[in-house]
Amino acid sequence: MNYTEFLLWVRGPAFHFATAILVLGLTLRFLEMLFLGSPRQYAAVRSNGIAGGIRTVISRFAPPEPGVFQRSWFIIVAGYLFHLGFFISFFLFAPHIILLKQVLGVSWPGLPAPVINIITIVSLFAMITLLINRWYYPVLRFLSDFEDYLSWTLAFLPLFTGYLAFHHIWLPYPLMLALHILSVEILMIVLPFTKLIHTFTFIIARWTNGARAAQKGVQV
Amino acid sequence: MTKQLTIGESLRSQGISRREFMKFCTTAASLMAVPPALIPQLAKALENTPRQSVIWLSFQECTGCTESLTRSQAPNLESLIFNTISLDYHHTLQAASGAAAELARTEAMKANHGKYLLVVDGSIPLANPGYSTIAGLSNKDVLLEVVEGAKAVIAVGTCAAFGGLPKAAPNPTGAVAVQDLITDKPIVNIPGCPPIPIVISSVIAHYVTFGVLPQLDGLKRPLSFFGQNIHDRCYRRPFYERGRFAESFDDEGAKQGWCLYKLGCKGPVTYNACAIFKWNDAVSFPIEAGHGCLGCSEPDFWDAGGFYQALSVPLTGAATAASYAMVGGAAIGVVGGLLNRQKKSEAKQHHEVVSIEDLKRT
Repeated sequence: MNYTEFLLWVRGPAFHFATAILVLGLTLRFLEMLFLGSPRQYAAVRSNGIAGGIRTVISRFAPPEPGVFQRSWFIIVAGYLFHLGFFISFFLFAPHIILLKQVLGVSWPGLPAPVINIITIVSLFAMITLLINRWYYPVLRFLSDFEDYLSWTLAFLPLFTGYLAFHHIWLPYPLMLALHILSVEILMIVLPFTKLIHTFTFIIARWTNGARAAQKGVQV
Repeated sequence: MTKQLTIGESLRSQGISRREFMKFCTTAASLMAVPPALIPQLAKALENTPRQSVIWLSFQECTGCTESLTRSQAPNLESLIFNTISLDYHHTLQAASGAAAELARTEAMKANHGKYLLVVDGSIPLANPGYSTIAGLSNKDVLLEVVEGAKAVIAVGTCAAFGGLPKAAPNPTGAVAVQDLITDKPIVNIPGCPPIPIVISSVIAHYVTFGVLPQLDGLKRPLSFFGQNIHDRCYRRPFYERGRFAESFDDEGAKQGWCLYKLGCKGPVTYNACAIFKWNDAVSFPIEAGHGCLGCSEPDFWDAGGFYQALSVPLTGAATAASYAMVGGAAIGVVGGLLNRQKKSEAKQHHEVVSIEDLKRT
């Protein structure tokens, strides 16, 4: 198999397979969650919970209480840099927008490549420092299991291979591009079955918690 | 028997000046990434070397490669050096035909056994030998017969290098590339549909001078010409960087000369020198003419996902796969959810109520 065939394979059958597993996994997990149901509420609800749901979705973007940021500022800042960087480089890089237009049918303007480049470097740096931090603190290290390292690796590889492909480092561009796409496909396959599913569930989880909390208590 | 002319003698007999000859040597050295200090050696070798015997075999091809090499309006440096080889057999260019032509081939093979260069354009059909024959012989038989006494093989054009258009799905003739059949001879691939003329002449010059083929990449292409991709040397690259793309072939972006990535340009995955040397005496090249690169110097370029589909777009079929997966996921999810509910209900039924009396017991 030469690199053209490999690239065609990752753009074709491998992508179809990864998409199928992603869709199957997400459908399965969401239905599972739906079937779990919610606990019966015996008291009269205070409100419909919509405002509370929206409030929690937004408020949890910030550290919960004073002091938390001072104690864990590094994890919060590096975590934000990585997440935002991943989000921006995924959604605002022109070649990705073309791909998303094909899949989702909608399009939006992108950012210039050098900007994406800098954001990717910052993201990669943030991820590496977060990993070092995880190893450095005994408690964090103790709490980390295989799934944590797997999640880190699967999130790191698309950014890293994308950066290498863009700059033509190590391997010919078509081969590195194929590896980049493959790394995303592995992420797509694993995502629904690990904690990486938070990509899709974090808003639902925040909403549910916020809405239920808002429904409790005495109506004033 | 007349004395075999050296390249230098041959050039002088055609009225080529020393200055023009040295210009060619300098250009060739620079193209092949040969150090400037070796230019005199290159010139000396070309001057004193007897004209290299070349046998050119054409199989399943369109003659575009030969056209590219010869159809220059005025004799240029490439064609001059091309004239200095002893082209002993070439269907399109030779005057002889029929038995006389085949005799020229066998005589050249005998006279230069072990020394001649074999140039091939076109792919070789294996499904049925009758698909392409020369003087009653199948392409495969001719190739194997001629390659036996060749010193090296140059596969010119994408058909010879990688199978090209004849090999495109569903490959009705069972076409294969030269390198699929020949494994015991040095091979250099000069792909392109057609390939750039000066690449062919430079490879021959390199071979004549140093006695070896130039440094090759993983696909056996000369690195000095195929070491960089079109995208990296494209004059429209700054527009890619700035995110300025033509959305159609006649929109404002196309008129402004913006990047053709969204229109399916394969420049990023295509290794060739078109953006540097260009075509028709360096007048233009496809991207400059307003059309994306087709990736013609890459293997299987014809089947590489559609000429007008952007490179980052997956091949069609994902939506169908996703639809089936959604149905499958829903079925498994419903069954799994119901089983979970049943489990929950069973657990509830078996739940023992703890009374205050139980807690008092020690």
